[in-house]
Amino acid sequence: MKALRWGVRSLGEVFITVGLLLFLFIAWQLWWTDVTANREQTVTIHALEKGFGPAGLPERGNPDPVATLTKVPFGEAFAIMRIPRFGADYARPVLQGTDPDTLTKGIAHYPGTAFPGQIGNFAVAGHRTTYGKPFSDIELLKKGDIIVVETKASYVVYAVDRYVIVTPDQVEVIAPVPQDPGARPTQAWLTMTACHPRYSASQRYVVFAKLVKKIPRASGLPASFMAVPAQTVG
Amino acid sequence: MYGALWRRLPGPWPVKVLLSLVLFVLVVAVCFLWLFPAIAPYMPFNGNSVRSGLPFLTPVTPPTSAI
Repeated sequence: MKALRWGVRSLGEVFITVGLLLFLFIAWQLWWTDVTANREQTVTIHALEKGFGPAGLPERGNPDPVATLTKVPFGEAFAIMRIPRFGADYARPVLQGTDPDTLTKGIAHYPGTAFPGQIGNFAVAGHRTTYGKPFSDIELLKKGDIIVVETKASYVVYAVDRYVIVTPDQVEVIAPVPQDPGARPTQAWLTMTACHPRYSASQRYVVFAKLVKKIPRASGLPASFMAVPAQTVG
Repeated sequence: MYGALWRRLPGPWPVKVLLSLVLFVLVVAVCFLWLFPAIAPYMPFNGNSVRSGLPFLTPVTPPTSAI
């Protein structure tokens, strides 16, 4: 009888411990990863801004910006993405590579896809939840919304064209012509992929945007592009 | 388990309470800093790229357009 009581009590304590650990894991995943990733990504943004130098100044050296970009090492930040729809101060680093570790540090560029402003598809992935959730509000993007990708050489301005919801194996969304693998690209596209539905990874929410303009850094970014669009219902 | 731990902690009960709190914080710290980051990549809700790195999300035959 005593042994049975001891066994039941120990089992209860194990269950309580497991429950507490699961609760802790959820707290860590949904709250703490945002805290640490936001801190880290802000540091990356400041470092990038410092490295890019002030806007509106003539460039020093760097004759071929795209050639420089294509040599970006894996895991390194090379651009800043600004999306006025997500807020006037929204700025997230874009890093090379889409492994889980890189995805915790910002927006991840699919290696082998085009670089910002190049003909083809500049394809990136970002977290919808956790790790700073850069694409948390991706479903708010509407046709015509501006996305600015800032590199050392230029401001590359894209406008949202459309979105699709696909399964994770539908890699044709990051083809040089999105959703048309094998076709020869004639335009510069931007593709953003994120988890869908939120808190799940069973599908991907994918937004396609088309190049509007490439503005040299020396000219500065016109303020009109950074205007926060009005909230619309629907 | 917890009863045995309580009995093994030295000192009068306020000291025991303090020591228990320190132990709890230590466990949380170990979880947050090492355990959870290590197991998170295996959770089924952490994919957001197409052809995700998660083994159970990777297609059996990687399509050629994937880069």
